[in-house]
Amino acid sequence: MSKLIINDLSCQRGYNLLFTDLSFKLNAGEILRISGANGSGKTSLLKMLAGLNSPESGSISYNENDVKTYQYQLDTFYLGHLPALSPELSCIENLEYLTQLSNQESKSNLDGALSKVGLNNYKNELVGTLSAGQKKRVALSELFISHSKLWLLDEPFTSLDSDGIEIIENQIKKHCTEGGLCILTTHQDCKIENLRELSL
Amino acid sequence: MSIFIKTLRRDLKMALRNPSSFLNPLLFFVIAISLFPIAISPESHTLSNMAPGIIWVTSMLSVLLSLNALFHYDYDNGVLEQMIISHHPLPLILLAKTTAHWILTGLPIILLSPLLGMALFLDSKNIYILILTLFLATPCLSLIGAIGASLIVGIKNSGMLLSLLILPLYIPILIFGTSAVSQSQFNLPIDGQLYFLGSVLIFSLITSPFVSALALRISLE
Repeated sequence: MSKLIINDLSCQRGYNLLFTDLSFKLNAGEILRISGANGSGKTSLLKMLAGLNSPESGSISYNENDVKTYQYQLDTFYLGHLPALSPELSCIENLEYLTQLSNQESKSNLDGALSKVGLNNYKNELVGTLSAGQKKRVALSELFISHSKLWLLDEPFTSLDSDGIEIIENQIKKHCTEGGLCILTTHQDCKIENLRELSL
Repeated sequence: MSIFIKTLRRDLKMALRNPSSFLNPLLFFVIAISLFPIAISPESHTLSNMAPGIIWVTSMLSVLLSLNALFHYDYDNGVLEQMIISHHPLPLILLAKTTAHWILTGLPIILLSPLLGMALFLDSKNIYILILTLFLATPCLSLIGAIGASLIVGIKNSGMLLSLLILPLYIPILIFGTSAVSQSQFNLPIDGQLYFLGSVLIFSLITSPFVSALALRISLE
């Protein structure tokens, strides 16, 4: 059974100690919401879990694979504050490249992913011409093709309308019922049941 | 290997849809060279003596002008983070980005150099040497430049810092590149200069993607 184990994690940014001795376990099927004031270290924690930042101390492992291992990288899907889309490329071209980077799905499924977030008619539009909410939808459409078990989502509902939030919430619930794990940060109300909370 | 091709194709496609990103440095290259005869002298002997230095310095500066954008846009929109956490080797992705940079700046400089060489009264033999040295050196300029660009990624208005970091590393290439063309004008052997430029190319091709990857990870942390 998939398990994420965080042991005695500490994070320092500049002279500020954001959190120290943070430990928790997350089992398959669980969703963890990280809350806290601005600057409390939510994004830093997600970046550490994604392998972008190194912790001051402590360890991170998923199924006994360390954060720096190839298998951990394959098992993880991270979406940060920024949508990771290039404005000069179309929605489908951006998705093609991002899925290539994360070793995900074939082209036919990309069309399906875009239609699930309501952007089927926009697949050949340049991302630079889309609104902030539409860009967020394109970025989140990767959730519909991701094979990764551990999802790390930083403010996934920002810029989304209520329909968009519902689509993404349902996809997160579906992923976790199928044995996936999800860690997310959000300042908005979340309608997902059985949500574990972690306050920084 | 497919991630190399995909990244190369993506970067070229993006550049062609936003041509000012690579046309501005090329325009600078052509305009700067065409101003020298007006400022110094239109006399053929003077210009042909100065031509290697003029072409080499302007090509180096135009490569430098384009380096700031190498990782900047991908950093701004978050794609660079995805490249770093990808399971694909980061040095291979960065090598693809550097290759795209060379195709968009170094290669056009090589293609334009015969025309500009003729404008500065270089004869055909020396134009051939100029092309050869630029062909060996412009990839080095992109590869070494990528290290500097990855160190300053995320720092705002860092053009001057990039120049300070990179220019000292460009100087040996400039010395050997210009001296190869100058010595060939006096029918002196240029094997040493060509061997030096070739070995710098091989060395930077092997090491630069790894150093850039390390610098990028440190910069984004």
